[in-house]
Amino acid sequence: MDRSILSGNEAIARGAWEAGVEIAVAYPGTPSTEILENVRQYNEIYAEWSTNEKVALDTAIGAAYAGRRAMAAMKHVGLNVASESLFYASYTGVNAGLVIITADDPGLHSSQNEQDNRNYAKFAKVPMFEPSDSQEAKDMVGAALDLSEQFDTPVLLRTTTRTSHAKSIVALGERVAFAKRPYQKNPQKYVMIPGFARRRHPVVEQRMAQIAEHVETAPQNRLEYGDLSLGIVASGPSYQYAREVFPDASILKLGLAWPLPKKLLADFASRVKTLIVVEELDPFFEEHIRMLGIRVEGKSIFPMVDEFSPEVVRQAAYTAGLTERPVLERTFDKGALPMRPPVLCAGCGHRDVFWILRKLKVAVNSDIGCYALGVMPPIGVTDTIGCMGASIGVAAGMQRGGLESDNVAVIGDSTFFHAGLPALASAVYNHTPFTTIIVDNRTTGMTGHQGNPGSGLTLSGTESNRIDIEAVVRALGVEEVSTVPSTERDELESAIKRAVKSGKPAVVIAETPCVFVSSYPREAYRVLDEDCNGCTLCMRIGCPAILKSDKVDAKTGRPLAWIDPVACTGCGLCFDVCARQAILEGAPKVGVLMEANA
Amino acid sequence: MKAANFLLAGVGGQGTLLASDILAEVGMNSGADVKKSEVHGMSQRGGAVTSHVRWGDEVSSPLCERGTVDFFIAQETLEALRWVEFVSPEGSILLSDQKIPPTSTVFGEDQYPEDARAVEVLKQAARQVLLVPASRIANELGNPRVANSVLLGALSAQLDVSESGWLDVLCERVPERHLEVNRKAFLAGRQGQWKI
Repeated sequence: MDRSILSGNEAIARGAWEAGVEIAVAYPGTPSTEILENVRQYNEIYAEWSTNEKVALDTAIGAAYAGRRAMAAMKHVGLNVASESLFYASYTGVNAGLVIITADDPGLHSSQNEQDNRNYAKFAKVPMFEPSDSQEAKDMVGAALDLSEQFDTPVLLRTTTRTSHAKSIVALGERVAFAKRPYQKNPQKYVMIPGFARRRHPVVEQRMAQIAEHVETAPQNRLEYGDLSLGIVASGPSYQYAREVFPDASILKLGLAWPLPKKLLADFASRVKTLIVVEELDPFFEEHIRMLGIRVEGKSIFPMVDEFSPEVVRQAAYTAGLTERPVLERTFDKGALPMRPPVLCAGCGHRDVFWILRKLKVAVNSDIGCYALGVMPPIGVTDTIGCMGASIGVAAGMQRGGLESDNVAVIGDSTFFHAGLPALASAVYNHTPFTTIIVDNRTTGMTGHQGNPGSGLTLSGTESNRIDIEAVVRALGVEEVSTVPSTERDELESAIKRAVKSGKPAVVIAETPCVFVSSYPREAYRVLDEDCNGCTLCMRIGCPAILKSDKVDAKTGRPLAWIDPVACTGCGLCFDVCARQAILEGAPKVGVLMEANA
Repeated sequence: MKAANFLLAGVGGQGTLLASDILAEVGMNSGADVKKSEVHGMSQRGGAVTSHVRWGDEVSSPLCERGTVDFFIAQETLEALRWVEFVSPEGSILLSDQKIPPTSTVFGEDQYPEDARAVEVLKQAARQVLLVPASRIANELGNPRVANSVLLGALSAQLDVSESGWLDVLCERVPERHLEVNRKAFLAGRQGQWKI
């Protein structure tokens, strides 16, 4: 049998292919993004970046109604956006199988909050799988689709960063084609008006009771008996850490983790002396096990916040007296180490926009994307960031709430299509006077340059008409609209000033084509050592291509600036801020188009 | 197959993830169970990147535990210091000669750590520290991006896997047009005598 080292995300894509999935949809979001990027290699599957997670889930639900196996994938907070659809789909059920991947991010590697999406399984009354490695991630996609069809329900498959982005060996299988199920019109099942929905609720309760029986013997829930003095309940990566820290203990590994196998748990609890739960984030299993009348400890030992690691689990277990071996204590006199936070790339057009906003001293309600980095020093202009699309609504609210200064919303193209459109429509229609700056980089940058309706290519590589953001904004009724390339800094500054002063709902579209998906117009700029006196003005734009030189200015003793010719993309912001004309403009590149090609 | 824990630390763009993929695959081909873990996302914006790789008969956690890393491949001095607690007192550190100052040392007051102090700390932390001039060798070969292959070569000399076992995977993973320079870089790392 072929074996391959796959990430959890690659394995899920492979699992979908092997299980006969024909429709896979998603909106990019760390740590889930690579699922759809890997699905794309399989010609048998229609794969799509939808404009947001709700649209993705509705599309997957529709595909399952019509009779083909479907998958929707999203990050944890994406399921918040799609949650309304999850709840109705729980009532309608499916026809062909539907699996929904929720990739949680304990530790907030790239998210605005930590949330435990196991709660959605209980909340929406749907079963949930939790793989502990890539092999299980692949196999559970097929198991989830089988269960989905057996019990006529959507099924959640929950990963976390340490399953999505961890790699392990996977035995590969072949694709088993799925025979399309015919769609049969059935409004009582698929039309959720109150009269019909009321009759679906008991069906849902009955279904969950049946699944609760099924999970007692499901092969994904596994008893591993060892020393009976300690029994552990765990799922996902926590199971792996538990195995590492307690190699001899007895473990009930939950792979089909909701609903809980009550009899199995009670039986396990009766055989072990002490029962503990090792689970990241919420005391989800712990609370439900305790409700069964079983003595169990969990969050009294292990932390509620941040992601687990072998040393987090070991240290907590050691403190509680459950293991004799502590984490090896290692301390060194390293001094204060500088952090290395992410920064806007060299030449990123977002920097030009923020540079102007800093001068104008307006409040900035920003949004989710690369431009969230506008909050970091040395730029530091951002006042608020919440969730996808929140910038515009929050900006409107701050205007209505009596903000003492002018404010602007800053939102990227992909985020605008995701959740900005309804907010802008609302602000315009209600005459709320503030400016929205759409930073249009023609890609979904932060997650690794996925396409969106403004980029001109679909996920499968088909050309599509770019949605013209200016035309859309005008159609919504915004009268004060301008579109300016971010490299035209004077013109952009006047446009933003004009918009802010207009006293009307206004939009400025700043064209900031991402340096990763477009070519840039000029060669690298260069510092003229004889003219630079190390004043640091150019260093304070926070461009990663500008460093301190080994040479120092003879008078001031300050290090001169140096521009890394490999990193510089020739945007020219440093040239503009230099007060001594000590920077030499890069030569224009010949025949370069400022066109996105992602 | 002897069990081993590896930690690779660098900065976005240094090829940390590719090097760790190759290391995992070499382990699998040698008959080991392997796991690895890394964090994507922000690393694309010049952030710190780490990748854990584990070889063993049966590997549970994809993350190494602090104080248990046998081979710490540090592609950058500041990142070497940041993650040094992961190294086992019996372990080895392979330190590259590359230094990438974060922007806060340019626009702000932060100081990049001094070389002498860094080396002192690393020596305290591990059984041996090998200083590998990966960046200098890569530049001499005409492609600064192959520094990670030099480091892999230096690491390979510490492990009981045949030269072809490494080169086969390297050839598979590296694009055809960059193959020869990566091969040269790997062999330079493997054949050099590195010490502090």
